[in-house]
Amino acid sequence: MPDHPVDFSLSCPLPDSRHTRILLAHGGGGTLMHQLIERIFVPAFQGQPAGPLHDGAVLELRDRLAFTTDSYVVNPLFFPGGDIGKLAVCGTVNDLAMCGARPLCLSAGFILEEGFPIEDLRRIARSMREAADEAKVAIVTGDTKVVDRGKGDGLYINTAGIGLVAEGVRISPAAVRPGDVVLLNGDVGRHGVAILAAREGFQIETRLESDCAPLADAVLHLLDAGIEIHCLRDCTRGGLATTLVEIARDARLQIEIAEAAVPVLEETRGICEILGFDPLYVANEGRFAAFVAPADADRALDLLRAHPQGAGAGRIGVVSPDPSGLVVLQSGFGSGRILDMLSGEQLPRIC
Amino acid sequence: MKYLDEYRDPGVARQYAAAIARMVTRPWTLMEVCGGQTHAILRFGLDQLLPPEIALLHGPGCPVCVTPVELIDKALALAARPEVILASYGDMLRVPGTSGSLLSVKAAGGDVRIVYSPTDAAALAERHSERQVVFFAVGFETTAPANAMAVLQAERKRLRNFSLLVSHMLVPPALEALLASPNCHVQGFLAAGHVCTVMGFREYEAIAREHRTPIVVTGFEPLDILQGVHMCVKQLEEGRAEVENQYARSVRPEGNRAAQEAIRRVFRVSDRRWRGIGDIPRSGLALREEYQEFDAERRFPFVSEVVARESPDCISGLILQGLRKPRECPAFAAACTPETPLGATMVSDEGACAAYYRHRRP
Repeated sequence: MPDHPVDFSLSCPLPDSRHTRILLAHGGGGTLMHQLIERIFVPAFQGQPAGPLHDGAVLELRDRLAFTTDSYVVNPLFFPGGDIGKLAVCGTVNDLAMCGARPLCLSAGFILEEGFPIEDLRRIARSMREAADEAKVAIVTGDTKVVDRGKGDGLYINTAGIGLVAEGVRISPAAVRPGDVVLLNGDVGRHGVAILAAREGFQIETRLESDCAPLADAVLHLLDAGIEIHCLRDCTRGGLATTLVEIARDARLQIEIAEAAVPVLEETRGICEILGFDPLYVANEGRFAAFVAPADADRALDLLRAHPQGAGAGRIGVVSPDPSGLVVLQSGFGSGRILDMLSGEQLPRIC
Repeated sequence: MKYLDEYRDPGVARQYAAAIARMVTRPWTLMEVCGGQTHAILRFGLDQLLPPEIALLHGPGCPVCVTPVELIDKALALAARPEVILASYGDMLRVPGTSGSLLSVKAAGGDVRIVYSPTDAAALAERHSERQVVFFAVGFETTAPANAMAVLQAERKRLRNFSLLVSHMLVPPALEALLASPNCHVQGFLAAGHVCTVMGFREYEAIAREHRTPIVVTGFEPLDILQGVHMCVKQLEEGRAEVENQYARSVRPEGNRAAQEAIRRVFRVSDRRWRGIGDIPRSGLALREEYQEFDAERRFPFVSEVVARESPDCISGLILQGLRKPRECPAFAAACTPETPLGATMVSDEGACAAYYRHRRP
């Protein structure tokens, strides 16, 4: 005997609302979708300045704005040091921060695969809220779609964000000048290695955690202190090396980096050695390079080191007047090598 | 980091370079056999530390580079089949065949998976009993033992859906072929430390003696390579031609007997074609008769119909034989880049062209 009355009517019965997994109907615009929003997203994001229930959020602004968007498809969804939700908030917050902006609000779009566990979605929404609180940003509007089983990877998230840019802040590769000092806020390579180690089938045991963190506060800490920042870039996909190559090309200047000055944790280095990866090309989610005027460099470094997101900060290099547009890594061997972009992702080597 | 930083000490490296410079009285041409050594040399700028008398040629020891284009094409044909999961080491995925690479077959819907060990590929076969798992077994003596173990495992577990596409090369016959070539300038070899970890170095003694060429079994870290150069130049200066072991922390004269036994059980010595170099007799491994059921070329006879063609503009053969440097190729960094490689030497992390492209372009 079923433990609840059976509906014998000919109409399509309302799907059971006590589902533990996402159904196609959760994206259909009907009752289930509203339940999903009310039970998952509203509790997670409530208490923030605007609710996510309306078609859009209305913002009253008259300032300079930074606007950015990014999509998150990380696999696995949960990894040591974070999950896709934290990543989706931090990533977009950090893109705003790299414009020198104070993050104001985010949108969040969810593409769910049919069959995705609702409890996982709840966990992810909660961690988005925690990350948003830490970054002092509100999630003000959103969207949910469900795709057929097998046509997604569990969950994808897109976030877009708006931030306010203070008067006089001009941060871009074009603002980089010869003599600028390159600062980095901590050790590199940890996020990529933590993700790789968490992947199924990878029998590498490590206690390494992703460095995933919101960086806006650390950046504003520098800007508020009047540090003359010329360029900022977070070292995500492609790692520190790719970030620097992009800036050197756009600035048409040479960046000289001292290999020994770039912090890499021993455990990160060890795993990278085993897999044949170069930690300078491994992704980070809480690291940025700051190009600051030489006169401000020492003070900027002290300020960074006093901030929780910059405790491991260091001075890693300098911009030279050479218009080569290259990044040269000075090894302790007295020889320089060029850092270039990789043509694709790093692939593990044979031997 | 332990076992790493000790071998990357710049101060000691400079001392070694200075000792080599003090010793050398005339020009010498050495060849490092392994692509891993080539990359370390360019990455750490070791060639720039050496006195100008010492020329380093880059050898054929990059497994990705010397895998013949026919085998790549066979892998592409297999990967395109709906029933096949093609499992491969990551760096084979971008290697160009006659048309396309495993990455392009994957994008077109082929099931291509990166594995870190051939036993992972055997585990894939166990999990997907309805599919055929083919492991692309490339490499030298270093990868052969693990590939043999995967076959033995598959046999024990009676996996009927696991096979190897074998492209196994042996280093000593290639060195002999190089030395026998009339164009050969090589006066001393830095032999590949990992190959010798498996095989030992007894089989190099006859080569050193007959060709009067010193061979120093050498590791892969900067100080390993500089010490290997030092030992090799010392032999040349003293008129000796012996086999010496720089990489004694890993290599024993007799090698790893258990690994050799696994190779012998599963594989037999066979003729092989080397990409860019040509056919070298008895320079490879093939599955023994009793393990034919694990041979992908037998299981899928259609792959023998593959017709392969090399890019006429690629001179990787000359580069792999040490007859040209990458920058002497007109296509280098022009028509041929890591994004649009004409030959495998531009693809692999261990390929000489890729090493020059990454570290020494302008």
